[in-house]
Amino acid sequence: MASFIKELKRKKVLFLMLLPAFIYILIFAYIPMAGSILAFKDFRYNLGIFKSPWVWFKNFRFFFISGDALHVTMNTFMYNLVFIVVNNFLEITFAIILSEITGRYFKKITQSTMFLPYFISWVIAGVIVYNFFNYEFGAFNGIMKSLGLPPVDVYNNANWWRVLLVFFSAWKNVGYGTIIYLSAVMGIDHEMFNAAEIDGANLYQRIRHIILPSLVPTMVLLFLLAVSNIFRGDFGLFYQLVGTNPLVYDATDIIDTYVFRSLMTSSDIGMAAAAGFYQSVMCFVTIIIVNRIVKKIQPDYALF
Amino acid sequence: MRINRLKFRADIISFNIIGYILLILFSIVCILPFWMIIVGAFTSDQYITAHGYPLWPVEFSTSSFEYILNDASAILRSYGVTIFVTVVGTFFGVLINAMAAYVLQRKDFKYRNFFSFYFFFTTLFSGGLVPWYILCAKYLNFKDNIHALILPGLVSVWNMLIIKGYLGSIPDAVTESAYIDGAGDFRIFLQIILPLSKPVIATISLFTALNYWNDWYNSMLFIQNEKLFMLQFYLYKLIGSAQGLKIAADKAGIVVENPPIQSTKMAMTIIVIGPIIFLYPFVQKYFVKGITIGAVKG
Repeated sequence: MASFIKELKRKKVLFLMLLPAFIYILIFAYIPMAGSILAFKDFRYNLGIFKSPWVWFKNFRFFFISGDALHVTMNTFMYNLVFIVVNNFLEITFAIILSEITGRYFKKITQSTMFLPYFISWVIAGVIVYNFFNYEFGAFNGIMKSLGLPPVDVYNNANWWRVLLVFFSAWKNVGYGTIIYLSAVMGIDHEMFNAAEIDGANLYQRIRHIILPSLVPTMVLLFLLAVSNIFRGDFGLFYQLVGTNPLVYDATDIIDTYVFRSLMTSSDIGMAAAAGFYQSVMCFVTIIIVNRIVKKIQPDYALF
Repeated sequence: MRINRLKFRADIISFNIIGYILLILFSIVCILPFWMIIVGAFTSDQYITAHGYPLWPVEFSTSSFEYILNDASAILRSYGVTIFVTVVGTFFGVLINAMAAYVLQRKDFKYRNFFSFYFFFTTLFSGGLVPWYILCAKYLNFKDNIHALILPGLVSVWNMLIIKGYLGSIPDAVTESAYIDGAGDFRIFLQIILPLSKPVIATISLFTALNYWNDWYNSMLFIQNEKLFMLQFYLYKLIGSAQGLKIAADKAGIVVENPPIQSTKMAMTIIVIGPIIFLYPFVQKYFVKGITIGAVKG
């Protein structure tokens, strides 16, 4: 402690420069962390977090017995898993194509076009879905009508959402991921390409034996980051595209939308807190386990 | 050798054909929705009501924009709120992040490991939405307050770590020699370190600004007063309600028979994404650079 005070005096200015971020994180990250005890309480707004009575595991019991816990956990997990696989596959494919095809301007234009959706908010993506799939005014049903086919009620159809959510996740994020992979491809030592060419390797062999193996570190890193958030859904994607529609909860309800809805609409804040706490713990445990496994296999790839 | 060269050409040609087709297809998928929004905004409402939003311009009409311009005060105010929040939030957010990042990478700062962990841990574990929301709504007076739109996005530990990684590449000798010349820590940061780290500061600023500009979540959580709606939230409210437009017009004392509701929704979308599309060609390369910086850091 004495040495801390000494350092504080000696490096006053540095401590002052750190102070705003320190206080911010204290208030907006550590105090809510302590507020997690809410999950074990029967929250009454007028009593506040600390004076509300303890109910221990009652909130969790409700959450698990209702079957909601398993259902939203599975949805969150499965969607994220599919997003990871589909998006990474497309990103790697496009990065390799962009690095190997000819035509400088074509590359520039397509890369810019692919990156554009990343800049758009999920609200706008919601408008796009509305434009295409609104039952009355959507372009899709307009086409169906002109072909003499019956209109489709996409918004109330769970199976459509399973496809659309994956589609729009790719639509918005693939441009970003492609840039990461592309920069990794650009970082490959060109001596290797020259050597392969002398050995008579064709383009496909070069991709298979040089480019793909060189992308493994990037893949692992992105995979790690994604897996560590596998129990955290993309709230904007689900909320803005689907909205709150009980008819399709089966297919579209994830932990984040569930917590949000419980917090906003029902009076059961305790259960919302329990679900949120459960999510935080799941995320934490996942990242620790994943990191440990990676550390064992290849220490360089570990996050910490 | 000749056969060999021929073989090379075959694989390059087939790869290019496949590559061009895939890239063109995906680019169309990315750009088509924007095209449809523009077409929808300039189509007469009668057509949309009868046939749905068109893929191609038919029955050209500007009534949607005329209808919006009848009373643009709400949109202009929303623009004002969004610009204010974006500018203030980006300025202070980047400053606070950069200051912290600088201190954390100073090797003579004894407690940098402790403080680095203090920040990093919050990326591993969080209290979740509910305690955070109650803290903000009940104790920090976020309801219908402009700081509810600025504070939540202010400090980002990820951005701090990216800046820190970049600053680590600046030689210590720079700080040391300035120190010998008698400059204080804050002056070294402001006049020497910041100018040297322009690329990372620029990209982090752009990412932060984009986040603020695109934010609707905090408005949804905390704002009920229409005067404080940010653009995205304003649009969200508009899309969600068929009657919203009519009410807005009635309030302004303007009675419009059969307002062009559907085309106006698309016209509003254009007004909301306009600045981003306009700036996109100029700032895109900085974002690309920023992603690369972040990715290298890992």
